[in-house]
Amino acid sequence: MACQGLQKGETLASLKKESESLKKKLEEERGKLNDEHGVTLPCTWVMACAYAPSGCAVACGGLDNKCSVVPLSLDRNENLAAKKKPVAMHTNYVSGCSFTNSDMQLLTSSGDGTCALWDVESGQLLQSFHGHTADVLSLDLAPSETGNTFVSGGCDMKANVWDMRSGQNIQSFESHESDINCVNCVFYPDPFVGSPQCRFYDLRADREVAVYQKDSIIFGASSVDFSLSGRLLFAGYNDYTINVWDVLKGNRVSILFGHENRISRVRVSPDGTALCSASWDNSLRIWA
Amino acid sequence: MNMSTSNNIAQARKLVEQLRIEAGFERIKVSKAAADLMSYCEQHARSDPLLVGVPTSENPFKDKKPCIIL
Repeated sequence: MACQGLQKGETLASLKKESESLKKKLEEERGKLNDEHGVTLPCTWVMACAYAPSGCAVACGGLDNKCSVVPLSLDRNENLAAKKKPVAMHTNYVSGCSFTNSDMQLLTSSGDGTCALWDVESGQLLQSFHGHTADVLSLDLAPSETGNTFVSGGCDMKANVWDMRSGQNIQSFESHESDINCVNCVFYPDPFVGSPQCRFYDLRADREVAVYQKDSIIFGASSVDFSLSGRLLFAGYNDYTINVWDVLKGNRVSILFGHENRISRVRVSPDGTALCSASWDNSLRIWA
Repeated sequence: MNMSTSNNIAQARKLVEQLRIEAGFERIKVSKAAADLMSYCEQHARSDPLLVGVPTSENPFKDKKPCIIL
C-alpha cells in the first residue's frame, strides 16, 4: 500500500471531509489577504486616476470621455462598480485628473482641448479653462501655499498656467519641439517640467531655466516626478528606462533598468521613500 | 463688414488681451529664482529619503534574514 496506515478513529471519509473544510478555510483566509479592488470602466483605456485627499475615494477616467468618482470601502463584498458616479463630462478622452485640496472638487484635462473644474457632489461644471489649441495631455496642481493655480501641458506644445477661480490663463510656455506629455509642479517657486526633453521652468522668472537631456537619449519621456525635496527628477522614457536627474546640477545621476516596454507613468510615494513606475509591459515596479 | 473679418477681429482682440495679461506678469530675475530653488532643495534635503537614504532597520524592502542554503 502506498499510504501510511490510518490512525485510530480516522476513516478515509473523515479525512476527506477534513481536507475539504481545510481547503475552504484556506481560500477564505487567502481571500481576506487580497486587498485589491478592481472596478471596471465601460471603455478600453483608463488614462487617468487619482486619490481623493482623504483617501476615501478614487477618480478615474479615459476613453469614455468621463471622469468618475468611486468611494472606497474595506468591505470586500461591496460592489464598488455600482457606486461609481460620473462627475466630469468631456467631448473627448480624459487624459488627467486630480482632486483639488478637498474631496469635493475635481480638475480634469481632456483631449477636447480644455481643462475643467467640477463639483463632485452635483457633477456641476464650476469653471472651464480654454486656451489650448490641441489635446491637453497632462495637468498638475500647484502646492496650496502658492494659491489656486494649476499647470496643463498639451499637444499644441504649450504649457499653460491657470488661475482656478477665474479660469484665466496666467502664463504660457512654448519652447517645445513636440507635445508636452507630462507636467509636474513641485514647489514654490514652482518650476515644472515638460517632456520629451525634460525642461524646467521657473514660474516666477517666467522662463525656462534648465533642460535635462543627453545625446544618448533619443526616446521621448512620457512621465516625470520629483523627489520630496525637489532635488531629484525621475523621468520615464519610451526606451524602457527611467533616468534620474539632479535638478540643480542638470546631470544624470542614475538610470533604472528593469522594464520590458515603455514607461507610461512614474510617481514618487507621498512619504518620498520609493518610486513606482508603470509600463506597457503590464507591470508596476517599486524602486526603493 | 462680413462675418469672417469680424470674427478675425474678435479673435485678434482676444489674443492681444491675453498677451497683455502675460506681458504684465511680474517677473523675477533668474539669479534670484535659482538661488531660491537651491535653498529650497537644501532645506528639504534632510527629509528626502531618496537623497539621504533610510537606515537599514527602517527599510521595509531590505531582507531581514541572511540567506540560507538548504
